[in-house]
Amino acid sequence: METRTHISVQDLSVYFDELRVLTDISIDIPDHKITVIIGPSGCGKTTLLKSLNRLLDPLDGVRVGGRVLVDGIDIYDPRTEVTEVRKKMGLLSQRPQVLPMSIYDNVAYGPRIHNHIDKKRLGEIVEHYLHMAGLWEEVKDRLGEPASRLSVGQQQRLCLARGLAVGPEIILGDEPTSALDPQSSQNVERRLIELKEEYTVIVVTHILRQAKRIADYIAFLYLGELVEHGPAAEVFANPKNPRTRAYLTGEIS
Amino acid sequence: MRILKDRLAKRTMLVLTAVPTFLVLLILIGLFIRARPILAQKPFFSLFFSSAWSPLKGDFGLLPFIMGTLWVTFVSLVLAVPISLLTAVYLSEYAPLSVREFTKPIIDLLAGLPSVIYGVWGVLLVVPLVGRVIAPLFGVTSSGYTILAGGIVLAIMIFPTIISVSLEVFSSIPYPMREASLSLGATKWETVHHVVLKKGLQGIIAAIVLGLSRAFGETMAVLMVVGNIPRLPGSVFDGGYPLPALIANNYGEMMSVPLYDAALMLAAAVLLLVVLFFNVLARLILVRVERRAA
Repeated sequence: METRTHISVQDLSVYFDELRVLTDISIDIPDHKITVIIGPSGCGKTTLLKSLNRLLDPLDGVRVGGRVLVDGIDIYDPRTEVTEVRKKMGLLSQRPQVLPMSIYDNVAYGPRIHNHIDKKRLGEIVEHYLHMAGLWEEVKDRLGEPASRLSVGQQQRLCLARGLAVGPEIILGDEPTSALDPQSSQNVERRLIELKEEYTVIVVTHILRQAKRIADYIAFLYLGELVEHGPAAEVFANPKNPRTRAYLTGEIS
Repeated sequence: MRILKDRLAKRTMLVLTAVPTFLVLLILIGLFIRARPILAQKPFFSLFFSSAWSPLKGDFGLLPFIMGTLWVTFVSLVLAVPISLLTAVYLSEYAPLSVREFTKPIIDLLAGLPSVIYGVWGVLLVVPLVGRVIAPLFGVTSSGYTILAGGIVLAIMIFPTIISVSLEVFSSIPYPMREASLSLGATKWETVHHVVLKKGLQGIIAAIVLGLSRAFGETMAVLMVVGNIPRLPGSVFDGGYPLPALIANNYGEMMSVPLYDAALMLAAAVLLLVVLFFNVLARLILVRVERRAA
């Protein structure tokens, strides 16, 4: 049997009512790399990302065709437990979404609902993941404060810690730096690069320079179709498809 | 000239804003002035803490009415709050769009029905239901004209208020915040419980207070089903006589009885004070919740 990657998308199509948003997407996402999905606004980047952990489900009028295999299991199979799928992935959204509770409780949220652990162990977990997200030094004396008091950049790193605390294998980022100032963006990018040692990272961005900075692998979406994908160096240096070339040179956006 | 106009506009608006603020105060003062004869003649205790109500003998104990109001309101809240919150959660978080679009206008319509209709409906349905089914279930004989009947009718009247305000509150919570919780592997209910209800707590309290205010003051529908017996209620199967019903039933009649008019004015003032008290209480709770959530 061939070795599969963590995430394998096969003939994925997504419809919003009658409108086809994604058309026959097939891609194997390489493990332990940063895959960056690029493309102009409204091309379906975010939809593709959300389809990977079934966040499209709750929306009205959405239909999904094709398969998304995560560790060999089709996540759209009705027998698949959706919470198990989502546990495998941490999500960073466009604007950091801290939960309405303390900094500590935000990180403890996932561990608490998934397994009953004693207080001491929970404290260690929270500290560990705040370290990993590079936030511990800034918040260690104010863990009980509402998370909404943090700066936006800190909130995004808190969301990262919160996602990691669930113990995922995959990190999804939906334009995770779009609401952040340059310095915080850089900080988050640095974390992602560190984290690819242990995790498979998928990031959506419309900032080409960011894609160049962090991508190992590129997927270019245009009007709901996967136009081209391949190792970042190759795609940037020598795009095979004329539409990719046009996007990279700024002719279409 | 322009500056003058600007100043004039500012002053006018200030005055217009001040009017409603002072109106509450004016009403209260007015009521107390009209109630002064009775306050001057009867000891304070016999007015507020005595349950003897026989105007012809000169006994004006308001306690049965105050308790009647509190009981009916309390029963209605106990019934209405859980049901309307669950309805709002369902409509906002679980129901398909079509159900929500269909239900919302109906709930809003319910809020606008004249209260007399609720009263008639209460007499036709709720009163017999309480008298023949619910009371016997608890081994009590009852005519049906009870605090419970009043509470049920009132609960149905405040459903729409609590539901539509809570719906507004829930819809103001950004969808991505729910996504954040879901993406951590939380179930829908965990997300509702820890994120939606928690984030919306302030708004929910506000919704309940709005319902509460309506419940305190609702006169007609309650008066028709509650029995209007001026006695201290001992259980929800007793009849009661809330303050608004007392005033509405008797004002303009029996005015020849000495002090009767003043007693009713006092009742009105007490009702106003009770409503004010609960509003202030709710504000205080809101401030505390806000501080904790900030």
